[in-house]
Amino acid sequence: MATEQTYYVPEQSKWPIIATVGLLVTMYGLGSIMVDGSAGESTTTAWVIFMIGSLIMAYMLFGWFGSVIKESRDGLYSPQMDRSFRWGMSWFIFSEVMFFAAFFGALFYARTFAIPWLGGEGDRGSSNMLWEGFQATWPLLQNPDAEAFPAPSGVIDPWHLPLVNTILLVTSSFTVTVAHHALKKDNRVRLKIWLAATIVLAIAFVAFQAEEYVDAYTNLDLTLQSGIYGSTFFMLTGFHGAHVILGTLMLTIMLIRITKGHFTPEKHFGFEAASWYWHFVDVVWLGLFVFVYIL
Amino acid sequence: MSAVIDTHDHSHDQDHHHGPAKGFKRWLLTTNHKDIGTMYLIFSFTMFLLGGTMAMVIRAELFQPGLQIVEPAFFNQMTTMHGLIMVFGAVMPAFVGLANWMIPLMIGAPDMALPRMNNWSFWILPAAFALLVSTLFMSGGAPNFGWTFYAPLSTTYGPPSTTFFIFAIHMMGISSIMGAINVIATILNLRAPGMTLMKMPLFVWTWLITAFLLIAVMPVLAGVVTMMLMDINFGTSFFNAAGGGDPVLFQHVFWFFGHPEVYIMILPAFGAVSEIIPAFSRKRLFGYASMVYAVGAIALLSFVVWAHHMFTVGMPVAGEIFFMYCTMLIAVPTGVKVFNWVATMFRGSMTFEAPMLFSIAFVILFTIGGFSGLMLAIAPADFQYHDTYFVVAHFHYVLVPGAIFGIFASAYYWLPKWTGNMYDETLAKTHFWMSFIGMNLAFFPMHFLGLAGMPRRIPDYALQFADFNMVSSIGAFMFGSTQLLFLFIVVKCARGGEKAAAKPWDGAEGLEWTVPSPAPYHTFSTPPEVK
Repeated sequence: MATEQTYYVPEQSKWPIIATVGLLVTMYGLGSIMVDGSAGESTTTAWVIFMIGSLIMAYMLFGWFGSVIKESRDGLYSPQMDRSFRWGMSWFIFSEVMFFAAFFGALFYARTFAIPWLGGEGDRGSSNMLWEGFQATWPLLQNPDAEAFPAPSGVIDPWHLPLVNTILLVTSSFTVTVAHHALKKDNRVRLKIWLAATIVLAIAFVAFQAEEYVDAYTNLDLTLQSGIYGSTFFMLTGFHGAHVILGTLMLTIMLIRITKGHFTPEKHFGFEAASWYWHFVDVVWLGLFVFVYIL
Repeated sequence: MSAVIDTHDHSHDQDHHHGPAKGFKRWLLTTNHKDIGTMYLIFSFTMFLLGGTMAMVIRAELFQPGLQIVEPAFFNQMTTMHGLIMVFGAVMPAFVGLANWMIPLMIGAPDMALPRMNNWSFWILPAAFALLVSTLFMSGGAPNFGWTFYAPLSTTYGPPSTTFFIFAIHMMGISSIMGAINVIATILNLRAPGMTLMKMPLFVWTWLITAFLLIAVMPVLAGVVTMMLMDINFGTSFFNAAGGGDPVLFQHVFWFFGHPEVYIMILPAFGAVSEIIPAFSRKRLFGYASMVYAVGAIALLSFVVWAHHMFTVGMPVAGEIFFMYCTMLIAVPTGVKVFNWVATMFRGSMTFEAPMLFSIAFVILFTIGGFSGLMLAIAPADFQYHDTYFVVAHFHYVLVPGAIFGIFASAYYWLPKWTGNMYDETLAKTHFWMSFIGMNLAFFPMHFLGLAGMPRRIPDYALQFADFNMVSSIGAFMFGSTQLLFLFIVVKCARGGEKAAAKPWDGAEGLEWTVPSPAPYHTFSTPPEVK
């Protein structure tokens, strides 16, 4: 079957059903943590369920990717299969773009429409009757209902940590590209050095982001509860941070695979997929830097 | 399960094809597009009966004015769960099932592009719906805010189970996105040599565009439910004006997903009907290229019409006018399609087997739903219709004789290919006429109810609405019970009957009719040559 003309259709696999069970248990556990927590009950059981689900998911990811890597190294994948993977990864990244688009849309809507209307702009002035004297500003340092949603005392200065982080991420996009060129030229030493450099930059980014969050919570009162500014700020930067961590994991796994001698100058889609993802994370950050931090 | 199932020696597996494995493991572990398609279709029909039962509860309560059968709180849970189950559990999985079965057969591919992910896409659905349905038994009851789950009804005032509802929606989204990625990769990468894009059957074309819509908007749905989750559990204020957010923001993000979503539920039906009408008219489809462009135009327009669901929410006039005209613009490509279906039938040698009956009813009744849609698209008129039974009548006219009849037509059309047997034509025609009459009885009076001002999602109503509601309920019971006949017809067909030829319909065209009936477990392992 594995000739050039035919397409590799895998035999039966246990991974999808394990993945389903893992996903359901994880989701149920996560939901229980939140619901039990809100009801003031103990969340221990919920946490145990969640951890079991996560372990099943981790086991599945190792097993499933493991068997794909093995099949790939056994030469079962034709160039056509390779194209399927490429389409799959491209459309997956497109779906991620749309996921972030929802949160950017919320940010733009709040800034362009919701807050000015609350401040009495246009023929929506009736909104202003709810909270008389509310001034529409951005960043929103005074919320309509200051008791329910105490506003932050300040916002993150874009020209300190965020600027450093921008430089880190943009540089990491370059280093991962240099690593890719090294792989194509079969220069394994340079490949390892530049990929490792990318991972170091990524970890530095995550560390600075954590420092920024601590600063926001302790010094600026900028929290999830501090109105729409805090909501959009943490939602966008938080999901981006989660994606950076995921991308870092991908790159780290690629580094491990490379040290084990995987990939050839011609066939290395796993590496390419991880680097596509990394560039995507970088581009989202540029959007964040401009629209969340600067403007 | 041993850990070595799929890591051990593959070399000998490649030399010959296996038939299906034995027992339940065949279904649990399968990577075969036909098995997965069958599972999707069975799951979808199960959900159709479950969601249908909830509709029966709704119609039983509305049979007479006053509160007779259920508490208003439970009535609200029924309307919500009916909508969610029918949209995400019945219609969407049915089309994914058809896609799984037919796309590889139609384009000459050995299977879907990513077979294991295909299995995962399916199995997430029963898990997601187990989670969703389990909310009925949780304290505070199931979600009760309508399938559109508007904030703040769903955030500030929703039951505790809303959090589980959100995670169920996340799982359905994961399933849909992976399913759609699989469809796109299959169509773009696995077509047989010679099968150029403009030679593809329309069902494949409509699914390609549907898959694009799914990947574009399911993540937005995930985004909006995530914002809900944060508002409910972590004190954010996306949909709370007290913190500078806006409940209307919810509606914008939701309908940015919601409007393409309604096309996701109809475009594959367009495709299926575009296969079936030429087959039973014994003519080529009229205006193939214009059909393709029309579907593309409908899909693109679907991204810029969302706020026509929210004309009464208090938008600036410029917004109302923009969304009104964009919405009306959709009538143009849709009109092209209806014209082409009619022109295909014009002077054809038509016969009226069950798939054709459902398809013709589709064209006529979907057009009625389209026209009431045009009425709703007129912003000033919508101020009168909004949240009345007129809206309920409108979307049931596009979803029942649109999506559901499209699915029935497809099922009868391809059942001989799936089972190797012909279905019972007399019973199938009975199923059609009972469905047709029942469905019109159920939903046509709702137009009048709505125009007279009866609000939707209310368990009680004023006396002047009594007669039409009783007619509507009788029609609904008729339509609902008739679906058990469909179950019987399918089971009977699967168990035996007159043997079907490879091409049981003499006007049918396409690669799926070149393989024997029933289609062998593996087809097109070597791609066919398409001229």
